[in-house]
Amino acid sequence: MSGLTNPIVLEQIQQQFPDAVLSASEPFGLLTLELKKQDVLPVMAFLRDAPTLDFGFLTDICGVHYPDQHQRELGVVYHLHSLVNNVRVRIKTFFPEKAPKMPSATKLFAAANWMERETYDFYGIVFDGHPDLRRILNVDEMDYFPMRKEYRLEDGTRTDKDDRYFGR
Amino acid sequence: MIKQKPTFVERPEGYVGEGFFATNIEKVIGLARANSLWPLPFATSCCGIEFMATMGANYDLARFGAERLSFSPRQADLLMVMGTIAKKMAPVLRQVYEQMAEPKWVIAVGACASSGGIFDTYSVLQGIDKIIPVDVYVPGCPPRPEQIIDGVMKIQELVKNESLRRRQSEEYRHLLASYKID
Repeated sequence: MSGLTNPIVLEQIQQQFPDAVLSASEPFGLLTLELKKQDVLPVMAFLRDAPTLDFGFLTDICGVHYPDQHQRELGVVYHLHSLVNNVRVRIKTFFPEKAPKMPSATKLFAAANWMERETYDFYGIVFDGHPDLRRILNVDEMDYFPMRKEYRLEDGTRTDKDDRYFGR
Repeated sequence: MIKQKPTFVERPEGYVGEGFFATNIEKVIGLARANSLWPLPFATSCCGIEFMATMGANYDLARFGAERLSFSPRQADLLMVMGTIAKKMAPVLRQVYEQMAEPKWVIAVGACASSGGIFDTYSVLQGIDKIIPVDVYVPGCPPRPEQIIDGVMKIQELVKNESLRRRQSEEYRHLLASYKID
């Protein structure tokens, strides 16, 4: 074991990018950083390429929607894993709902392709530079982004369900 | 060991004489069709597991003449839809139905196929009768094999009593037109 710990990872990032980290915490021992939008890709490239860190595995990308956070309603969460050191890191970034744009990570990790399509499919976050940004799980004809909180979860075409019988 | 005489299907109404039997051709054809259905199992989830039990030795759908499953829609008579149909699966199911030759029947097995079941959500079709006509609905989540067999027997009743001209009737054409199937 190389003995790479969360404080070392954080220190290395802060050395390289002094202003990038907005906040850092360790819920359940997982180093979680909130970064400025424009710093996400450079930091991920650094985490991947620095020989002592070696975060070569992009585990997950997902979206998140907090309608009450003014000017930072939408977010993207990245999970990276250093297989060599067995350390994980979680990177979050937030931006306004009006401008749901994020640079694509497909140049860094090929795995980002489908994950970004999924995030676009459910949250409508547009990844600039993605080679083929279209829906992946939902039907192509769907005209909204179902995981956004302003849409109801239920399907509108249900006919056998009378709200009166369900206490609504 | 219980010894039981094998049972046969009932003879239709007709005139019996010495060495001959006269009846209605419609009834003979209905009888033949009802007892030699070729089901196409369209199993997408847990109801499909119940169907496997239904085809197994304990319940044995083969007793009803439905021994031979057809995994091609072109030779199938009975489309058995068992499980949740996601909206993305809907065009596939519709194409399978369209490829079946007349006469054809559809049975929706389980709550999901019948109405969407517990999945009242953006990604799930709220019952297959939104895209194809259905003859028999089997309730349950999932239904037991006895219920599936009961549903198949209801289909057999429909098949037996269907008029030979039904598929050419104006009513039937309207039904297909309402689903935009031609």
